[in-house]
Amino acid sequence: MDLLLDALREAVRLLRTGDGDVYSITLRTALITSVSTFVAALVGLPLGLGIALGRFPGQRALLAMANAGTGLPPVVAGLLVAVLLWRSGPLGALGLIYTPWAMVIAQALIATPLVVSFAAAGVMALPPALHLQIRAMGAGSAQYLWLVAREARLALLVAVMAGFGGVVSEVGAAMMVGGNLAGETRVLTTAAVLEVNRGNFGTALALGLILLLFVIGVSAVLTTAQARVRRR
Amino acid sequence: MLLRTSMAARALTSLGMFAAVSLLAACGGDTAPGAGPAATTTAAATTPTPTPTAPKPARPEVILATTTSTQDSGLLDVLVPAFQKATGYQVKVIAVGSGAAMQMGERGDADVLLVHSPAAEEKFVADGFGVERTLVMHNDFVVIGPAADPAGLKGSKTVAEVMKKIADKKATFVSRGDNSGTDVLEKNLWKGTNLTAPKGQSWYLETGQGMGATLTVAREKQAYTVTDRATFLAFTGKSDLPILLEGDPALLNVYHVIVPNPARLPKTNTEGGRAFKAFLVSADAQRMIGDFGKGKYGSPLFFADAGKPEPVAR
Repeated sequence: MDLLLDALREAVRLLRTGDGDVYSITLRTALITSVSTFVAALVGLPLGLGIALGRFPGQRALLAMANAGTGLPPVVAGLLVAVLLWRSGPLGALGLIYTPWAMVIAQALIATPLVVSFAAAGVMALPPALHLQIRAMGAGSAQYLWLVAREARLALLVAVMAGFGGVVSEVGAAMMVGGNLAGETRVLTTAAVLEVNRGNFGTALALGLILLLFVIGVSAVLTTAQARVRRR
Repeated sequence: MLLRTSMAARALTSLGMFAAVSLLAACGGDTAPGAGPAATTTAAATTPTPTPTAPKPARPEVILATTTSTQDSGLLDVLVPAFQKATGYQVKVIAVGSGAAMQMGERGDADVLLVHSPAAEEKFVADGFGVERTLVMHNDFVVIGPAADPAGLKGSKTVAEVMKKIADKKATFVSRGDNSGTDVLEKNLWKGTNLTAPKGQSWYLETGQGMGATLTVAREKQAYTVTDRATFLAFTGKSDLPILLEGDPALLNVYHVIVPNPARLPKTNTEGGRAFKAFLVSADAQRMIGDFGKGKYGSPLFFADAGKPEPVAR
């Protein structure tokens, strides 16, 4: 219990003084996770829509892969990306290992199946009559896609939120491909692990609280957007 | 109706814009806080110190693969910034344990190694993966355990004696189990007992984690363990397990710096690795090593050894 109170005090102190680079670490966490989420949304939303609406061979297999991918352990995703990006790996010449970019790649790999799976499920949940209705209105393919996406917008927002949640909380991949380098790839989760390894549990918990505040902030924004969508 | 952008789409677009903007910010921001070589040179130019500004290195990025003790104890937090400031290099510290560090070295994924697993290091060099293996510092390992000491280690004279007692009493023992320098040493210590490999015994726990995490497990399990003194001291007040045996010459803990062989691993940043090696054995760094932790823990965590003869305790 004392430790929890100490952690709370430490979190307040860190936020007040900016010690231990908490602000730059938090900012870095925000940047890296938002870029990874953006990439995952860019790839995952169209793919999710395509899987839900299309009729093509391998469609089920793709959906099954995406659904299974939601359980992809971050450390495995990280290891895959690390093996590719290490200097000794096939993409080693790019010099991306232990950079924020490597983290973006690994985290996008983690978030994309989440986005695909949630988006596909959301679109599939639309009433079947809707599709007929849109078709009957004489909508072209692009219009059809757009209208379906519009109808499923809440689900698509949730899909992106799921992707964000998946990457902001993970530590395995961030550690593996980022290396937890101070001032460069240290994010809130990896900083917390380092403090745990050093036995500074109060500081580690404090970093966890700051991460929680950050996540609450982001979801507050998204939930507001969600509420507005509903009201329309 | 088609032209009306939905709120969801708008939210997604703004998230995307934020991401794009932050991406740009990330590119500019990363090199800004004194870490990059450019920033370091400017800082050196404006400060009126007589130290000559080092020329900007051609390949500023140096990957240091090292053991967890140098990071968990905080030593690298002192050494790395000093090196970066003096040379303009940028060090990427990957603290993984000596075994994994040497594997990175073998693959050419590290530019310099700071490790403490002498037998494995000698093999690494003999196999042609490393050159210029140089003594940097030492401290020692200690055997710690619960104050109640159920296996009765107190008063023992040698480490062979305590390991035998632990094995005989089947007292809970926590091992790193990660092929690190400490792990390799500990595995060797069992050779003196009738139980050459305790792996798989119910009282023998393997964490597979770094020294700091393993100390925490040992504390919670009230178990015996072998730890390097630096991490033990850095955990003062965080682990209540006392030292039960120390001072046996077999517990000497020696750290060497090794540069991956450029002839065999041409992709490595040999120049950067050599620069870090030269820094570690320099008078400045050796003084920092010797002074590290003195004020905070009452005794030094490491003893600087550069230029001294190779210790022959084991």
